[in-house]
Amino acid sequence: MERQLYLSSSPHLSARETTDRVMRAVIYALLPACAVSVYFFGLPALWVLVLCTAGCVGFEALAQKLMRRPVTVGDGSAALTGILLALNLPPASSWWLALLGSAVAIVIGKQVYGGLGYNPFNPALVARVVLLVSFPVQMTSWTAPAPLGSGLDSVTSATPLGDWKTAVMLTGKMPETLQQGLGNYFVGNMAGCLGEVSALALLLGAAYLFWKKILTWHIPLSFVGSVVLLSGVFWLVDPAKYPSPLFHLVTGGLVLGAFYMATDMVSSPVTTRGMVVFGVGCGVITVLIRLFGGYPEGVSFAILLMNAATPLIDRYTRPKKFGYVAEKA
Amino acid sequence: MKLKTFPGGLHPPDNKRWSEHKPIETCPLPEELVVPMAQHIGAPAEVCVQKGDLVKKGQVIGQAKGFVSVPVHAPSSGEVVAVEPRLHPSGKALPAVVIRPDGEDRWVEGLEPGDPEALSADQLREKIRAAGIVGMGGATFPAHVKLSPPEGKKIDTLILNGVECEPFLTADHRLMLEQPDDVLAGVDILRKVLGVSRVYIGIEANKPDAIDLMSQACTGRGIEVVPLEVKYPQGAEKQLILAITGREVPSGGLPMDVGVVVQNVGTAAAVADAVLHGRPLVERICTVSGPLVAEPKNLRIRIGTPLAHLVQFCGGVKGEPAKIIMGGPMMGSAQLSLEVPATRGTSGLLLFGAGDVPLRSEGPCIRCGRCVQACPARIMPTTIAAYARLDFISEAEEYGAMDCIECGCCTYICPATLPLVQAIRYAKGAILAKRRKV
Repeated sequence: MERQLYLSSSPHLSARETTDRVMRAVIYALLPACAVSVYFFGLPALWVLVLCTAGCVGFEALAQKLMRRPVTVGDGSAALTGILLALNLPPASSWWLALLGSAVAIVIGKQVYGGLGYNPFNPALVARVVLLVSFPVQMTSWTAPAPLGSGLDSVTSATPLGDWKTAVMLTGKMPETLQQGLGNYFVGNMAGCLGEVSALALLLGAAYLFWKKILTWHIPLSFVGSVVLLSGVFWLVDPAKYPSPLFHLVTGGLVLGAFYMATDMVSSPVTTRGMVVFGVGCGVITVLIRLFGGYPEGVSFAILLMNAATPLIDRYTRPKKFGYVAEKA
Repeated sequence: MKLKTFPGGLHPPDNKRWSEHKPIETCPLPEELVVPMAQHIGAPAEVCVQKGDLVKKGQVIGQAKGFVSVPVHAPSSGEVVAVEPRLHPSGKALPAVVIRPDGEDRWVEGLEPGDPEALSADQLREKIRAAGIVGMGGATFPAHVKLSPPEGKKIDTLILNGVECEPFLTADHRLMLEQPDDVLAGVDILRKVLGVSRVYIGIEANKPDAIDLMSQACTGRGIEVVPLEVKYPQGAEKQLILAITGREVPSGGLPMDVGVVVQNVGTAAAVADAVLHGRPLVERICTVSGPLVAEPKNLRIRIGTPLAHLVQFCGGVKGEPAKIIMGGPMMGSAQLSLEVPATRGTSGLLLFGAGDVPLRSEGPCIRCGRCVQACPARIMPTTIAAYARLDFISEAEEYGAMDCIECGCCTYICPATLPLVQAIRYAKGAILAKRRKV
């Protein structure tokens, strides 16, 4: 036969977007946030980022080798998990915390379920929560930001959400000073995880993802929107005790969670209505944990809980099939 | 203005610029015309000539067998040199009549011009059937069947499909620009046959010249041109009906269940030819395009022309073809060889090189949900495909596999390159097999 013809069935074209392009785009979108965290927390932050990314890629390759699966670290999903994990750790995390987190994320969070596409929970969040409950001290040792070139030494500090929680527990009131730092919190000048700090940088990346049509508004908007609504109700009832919706928006992991963690395609619903239900669920649980739970921060738990509900949500939010409307009429 | 459309769908790069400004050229007769008997959905025609017979253009060479069938006619005058199975676009060798044209292209006697005013609906329908007219959009459903709604089905709307949403194809576009009067003459006949007053012509907004021209031609004739959003599969019958009338054809139903008949613009022009001039369907307009065609063109081709001849008339091939597609790239079929003849359904011939159809390896589903959002049937392709691959046929059925219109949007958009529509097709086959058994 002198030539070879492809005889596959239609369609004969496909979109240019591939899984690794999607993963790479999300990685690019996270770069500004990474840069900001390195700016505010210096080399330790960079070290955490490098360790987690290399750790996740390494553990993925190792796990796939041991499980005799094809090694697919080239698809970028492990690197993305690594970056997301780093953004969920305190800036001064020690090397073993970062590597242990990587191992948990990839091996327990992903590969035991069958690898990319089969993990029911967001791997980076699985690791974060495992670390949070296993090493509460290390996971809540925050450093105050010391911008590069400012000559400041890093000192320990509490996060704004932590400050508020402590104050409310001790005095029943929220400190005045907390509400005044909103602008600083927005750009990232506060204590917190690497990726919690700069809402601005994260939103910049998210804008890129919207432009690339990788993100749709469903999950982020319903997540953020329900946080604003619900926290707003409490704030209006008792502004002396409950922080304003704005405070909720710019502190803690809300932006990171709403735009990058909850929107993890694998562990969130595939139907549009399901995405909205999922986002609202995340938002409500986040506010309830923040206001009434034992932890100051609730985004991670909220997303993991909703991850568990994803199959159920998909089942009950199936789109209305074409041609089934007229039947009822 | 907000353009009308349907929910779902997507817009692949339409690549129409290769041929949209090329006026229709008549492709010369090939040395041999290979006329398959299976050129429509339904029972294939039965050969009624023998090797050695001399035939004239328009002479019946295959007789219709059954209601959902139409006769097949000689595309030119000449000698029947073979009656034998030949490679058919379906990939099988199927009965065909091979004619060597004598170059004189003489019409058979007895083709009478008809007056649509004077003829009854039944007479018109019979003329359309006898002329072998089928849906020219590519589905090739015999036209007279669509025009014969059963008792109790009231048709109130006729929709002309000038959407042409498949990338690369521009045949309908050129037809509307160059022969608007033929199209409208056909519309008048169709509307008389159906007894309807409401007529729409749906055209995608990426053909503004056709929209303008048809709108002008339609003024005062009670026909409304509806510009539609540029989106695939806007030309799918049920999606088109929803976009224009807001009516949703029930699952498993037909357009006539909501009082609508849809005909392609090419079909309308063929109807006009059949009724006004008595001419059977022996030619059609076909877009020859794709990155490997030297000079993409819109051609008036004789049915039965081998594809190689069409390519040759378009300046030949630039490089080695890796994929030959008959029809559009979204729903057309890959061909085994350029020796295959064009049929009544051949709306396009596309040649792609190896670089244009890169083979990507299949990855795991990352549950991005794009297939769900793009699906115009509003089913969940990824879920159905997953069930189909596990052979969970009842689950696939429950999730609406039979509602799939096989447009291929899901497969096109999938970042993991999963063959979703192919898996659903498999499920549909298995569901039908199961139903037959029960």
